[in-house]
Amino acid sequence: MGGGTNSYREIEETDVILLWGSNARETHPIFFHHLLKGVHNGARLFAVDPRRTSSVKWADTWVGLDVGTDIVVANAMGREIIARGWHDKRFIEHATSGFEDYRDAVEPFTLAEAQRLSGVPAAVIHDMAKAYATAKRAMICWTLGITEHHNGVDNVSSLINLALLTGHVGKYASGLNPLRGQNNVQGGGDMGALPDRFPGFQHVEVEAHRLKFEKAWNAPIPAKRGLNLTAMLEAMDHGELKALLVLGENPLQSEADRKHAEKVLGKLDFLVVQDLVLTPTAEMAHVVFPAAAGWCESEGTVTNSERRVQRVRRALQPPGEARDDGQILHDLAKAMGHDWGPFSAKAVWDELRSLSPVHQGMSYERLEAGGGLQWPCYDEAHPGEMFLHSRLWEVPLNGPRVAFQVVRHSPPVEPLTPEFPIRLTTGRRLDDYNTGVQTEGFASPLRRGETIDLSPEDAGALGLADGEVARVISPRGEIRAPVRLTRSLRPGLAFMTFHFQDSVNTNILTIDATDPRSGTAEFKACSIRVEKLNTAMLA
Amino acid sequence: MDIVVRGPEPTDSERLAVDAVLGPPVSAWAGGVRDLGREGRISLLGGSEARSQRHLLLPALHAVQDRFGWLPPGALAHISRRLTIPPAEVHGVASFYQLFQLKPGARSQVHVCEDIACRHRGGLALERELRERHPGSEAVDIHGSPCLGVCEQAPAALVLRHGEKPGGGAIGGATARAVESAIESGSYPDAGLDWLKWAVPQSLHPEADLALLARVGRCDPASLEDYRRSGGYLGLAKALALGSEATIAEVVASGIVGRGGAAFPTGRKWDAVAKAADPERLVVCNADESEPGTFKDRVVMEGDPFALVEGMTIAGLAVGARKGYLYIRGEYPLAVRRMEGAIKAARAAGLLGDAISGSGVSFDIEIRRGAGAYICGEETALFNSIEGQRGEPRSKPPFPVQNGLFGKPTVINNVETLVNIPLVMREGGAAIAAMGTTGSKGRKLFCVSGNVARPGVYEFPFGITLAELIGKAGGVPDGRPVQAVLLGGAAGAFVGPAQLQVPLTFEGTRAIGATLGSGVVMVFDDTVDLGDTLQRIAAFFRDESCGQCVPCRVGTSRQEELVGRIRAGKPLGSLAEESALLDDLAQVMRDASICGLGHTASSALQSAVRLWGPGILNGAKLVDNHG
Repeated sequence: MGGGTNSYREIEETDVILLWGSNARETHPIFFHHLLKGVHNGARLFAVDPRRTSSVKWADTWVGLDVGTDIVVANAMGREIIARGWHDKRFIEHATSGFEDYRDAVEPFTLAEAQRLSGVPAAVIHDMAKAYATAKRAMICWTLGITEHHNGVDNVSSLINLALLTGHVGKYASGLNPLRGQNNVQGGGDMGALPDRFPGFQHVEVEAHRLKFEKAWNAPIPAKRGLNLTAMLEAMDHGELKALLVLGENPLQSEADRKHAEKVLGKLDFLVVQDLVLTPTAEMAHVVFPAAAGWCESEGTVTNSERRVQRVRRALQPPGEARDDGQILHDLAKAMGHDWGPFSAKAVWDELRSLSPVHQGMSYERLEAGGGLQWPCYDEAHPGEMFLHSRLWEVPLNGPRVAFQVVRHSPPVEPLTPEFPIRLTTGRRLDDYNTGVQTEGFASPLRRGETIDLSPEDAGALGLADGEVARVISPRGEIRAPVRLTRSLRPGLAFMTFHFQDSVNTNILTIDATDPRSGTAEFKACSIRVEKLNTAMLA
Repeated sequence: MDIVVRGPEPTDSERLAVDAVLGPPVSAWAGGVRDLGREGRISLLGGSEARSQRHLLLPALHAVQDRFGWLPPGALAHISRRLTIPPAEVHGVASFYQLFQLKPGARSQVHVCEDIACRHRGGLALERELRERHPGSEAVDIHGSPCLGVCEQAPAALVLRHGEKPGGGAIGGATARAVESAIESGSYPDAGLDWLKWAVPQSLHPEADLALLARVGRCDPASLEDYRRSGGYLGLAKALALGSEATIAEVVASGIVGRGGAAFPTGRKWDAVAKAADPERLVVCNADESEPGTFKDRVVMEGDPFALVEGMTIAGLAVGARKGYLYIRGEYPLAVRRMEGAIKAARAAGLLGDAISGSGVSFDIEIRRGAGAYICGEETALFNSIEGQRGEPRSKPPFPVQNGLFGKPTVINNVETLVNIPLVMREGGAAIAAMGTTGSKGRKLFCVSGNVARPGVYEFPFGITLAELIGKAGGVPDGRPVQAVLLGGAAGAFVGPAQLQVPLTFEGTRAIGATLGSGVVMVFDDTVDLGDTLQRIAAFFRDESCGQCVPCRVGTSRQEELVGRIRAGKPLGSLAEESALLDDLAQVMRDASICGLGHTASSALQSAVRLWGPGILNGAKLVDNHG
């Protein structure tokens, strides 16, 4: 099952927090508010990030590694923890497998070697290893700085290894927490919006699961997993995928390589987009279904980062022809010859409860009475779980052992070259969200539009002033963006977001190298050069 | 936390003034130079380390105010960066205090007391005269001030001069000439022993039975030798010999209660802190003596500073604290200098610092200056002030003994309480408990001011009556009758001539609905316009309410308006209705304010109305209680 192992309350009461590849202060402000309570309660915060972000400002220690060297630092921590004897030998013995292979694999990652590869002073890696391993309670939290790499899954594994090594999982206020970007990203996966899973993380290739759903739905279900988004784009490119229904997504602007996305979407025979607003992807569509706003015009549930399912209630009727997303699917099914009866969010939920064991105990009545429930919640007497994987501490061990994953350092796909000497990394800013579809309609005093953020040193060397429009060139293309000087970057590192694609199309620059296992693209690392605009060209 | 401050940059001298207090910046993110070799990938000043400097905000603001006479924006920006405090919060703190100015001022700032003891004794006239003589001057700014704590020499003025060598001092019996001469010469009449002899009339009588005031006006306050020769540090020696538990037992046995006004048993407070689970404990001395009419703590600090150092040290030893904070109100520059001198001398003699007197006990004291805010005398507001927050009281519980300064278990005691401690140790708790009455043990300092022949700080064992005390102070001059006496200060209560036989004990004053408070005994003869006094008290609370609790913020304003209406002869409805409205305001402030300021903001006014009817607000006594 995929989800953060801990609840918000636990981060308020933990002792050490590793915030890794996450500017949660801007990107997960609600979660960060809980994290700050932990900091105010005395937790020591390490922030691992190439940039000195606004989250780093709250950290006791900033670990300013080079982009794409997370595994180097994590493995060096692992090596240091083992070398110093800080690992939890009893837990490793009791609940894990593959420790010896892991130990051998991290052996080359000495502190000195890690410093050479990542730029992080050896003493800082040592401190972080010691603080994490010797804390009574410790948590690792991460977001896209870990996952948006060509080896994002390995990056995650390198962090999980640290928790297994130290036993910081399956216990109160200790665990592993990927932070979710929206109120219901967790819920989407929980409900089976994944190529290989039914609701409740039941695998489609497990026959018993499939038969259960076939019976309930009275329809045959393909026995093989489907395609993830990256694979879908490839299939479109090869002409294998000809029709696409897009729900609440904007792939034209959210894909790393926009030119490529535009090309393959254009190859489709039939494109249907169901969305709240007319996104650029929707503008390409043959049919657009106007959808209701989930948070105020729909009935149903959402599930947040701490696996808490909460009720959503309709406060307004959707305007015009807009309909609830569930209603649209019902109507679509009916038009295709399947009458599912009248649409009711509660009926859909009750069907889910009958099919997904982890949701079984969550009746609407209980959700409403308790302000939500955290899965797993197996029956109506079950209170829900505050943290996951407590089974790892049961004696005898309940269930299978967890395996260490051997992971090796693999630098960003695109090396820095004399032609493209600056590392561009991308991210988000406080007032905007992803491609801006959900946020551009709101005014914010902090929004300054898209910029290419540079260190004062780089800008000085290039003769660029704050606010000056510059050319930003990667091996894939060129855009223009105003320069913003920020001391939070060191020379050789640049930062952009992709919030403002209509004015600055950052994804023209980024690379489409992708982790084949997660389908996530390497948004965090490409190579660029920045040039002053030729003033003659402007004239 | 990195702070990005836009706006005016500090000048070199502004930077220097701040850095002189804070030391050179260690990080580019705290106003230093960007050095990527050192700080490109790590933080030299981490989050909790940076945040833990917040308590240096008040000292930094003082340094700038002392240097420039105001707080220039560039200097505030530099402080913001240095301490990583958002500029809005720096501004919030800077603008909280009366003595910090956000606009440039003249070379000398003269604060003339216009409060209840001074206003009838020439204070208002002096302020007027000085304003006339120095209109829009570049050299002198004149401010009307709440009580300066020099009531024994009314009218009082305080001169503060900024510059590379800032200075300041108080002037008693002030005239325009005396103020001007102090400004010109840079020397103040508070420097010599005469100043203290004035303050303690009993010091002139060798036969007077003085223990707490025995040294004031008689010994050189700068001399540790003098202090030791006169029995100083015997208390600490005894406490060191007894150890923590037995020391607290002596304090418990003495029956001493807090002298700041709340009268909480000191021994119980110490015991609670000594038993706290957290090993890091603190001692705080509340020397933010701001209750109008109170000046005893000032006199003790100016005249016998080592006694306070010794008292705090014994407290630290008893409760297991290694650090003490002495928070002195900003209007007491001489007390600050004397206490600084005493702490320095005690350190040099091994009586503060590590391993005191060769024992295993370590204790040191840090002075913090207030900056003009009555509310900071409230214990939790004082904590916030030290911590670099606005001096707004906290909700209680948790109480300071559990969660005090910096969240640590904290003993907070008033100056007078702490100077009793060496005495308790020297003479034994039982000897102190044998003195006084059943409900009030030991000796008490009284701040006698107003219309008496010899105003000053008086020391007596508990039990003396109000009439006796007035007699000891020489009675009302010119044979005039007593019109009223204010007990306990602006937050206290009036008593009439019929109540002069009240014993000045906690229980005695309580029995007649008054309070001993901080020991204020302010006498008004029949020439004083009591309505004016009441109007001033109402104005005082409106001005000093921190504004945090709406009932107090609004209530003190409505109360001042009410008094003003009656004084203007334009009551809303009948006087009885106004009186009922005053009671309503008082009740809502008592019920719904979190601290003592709101609880007591009406008590003096209500006591006057109770005694003489609402017409007293206009100086007219409906019921004559004479006789």
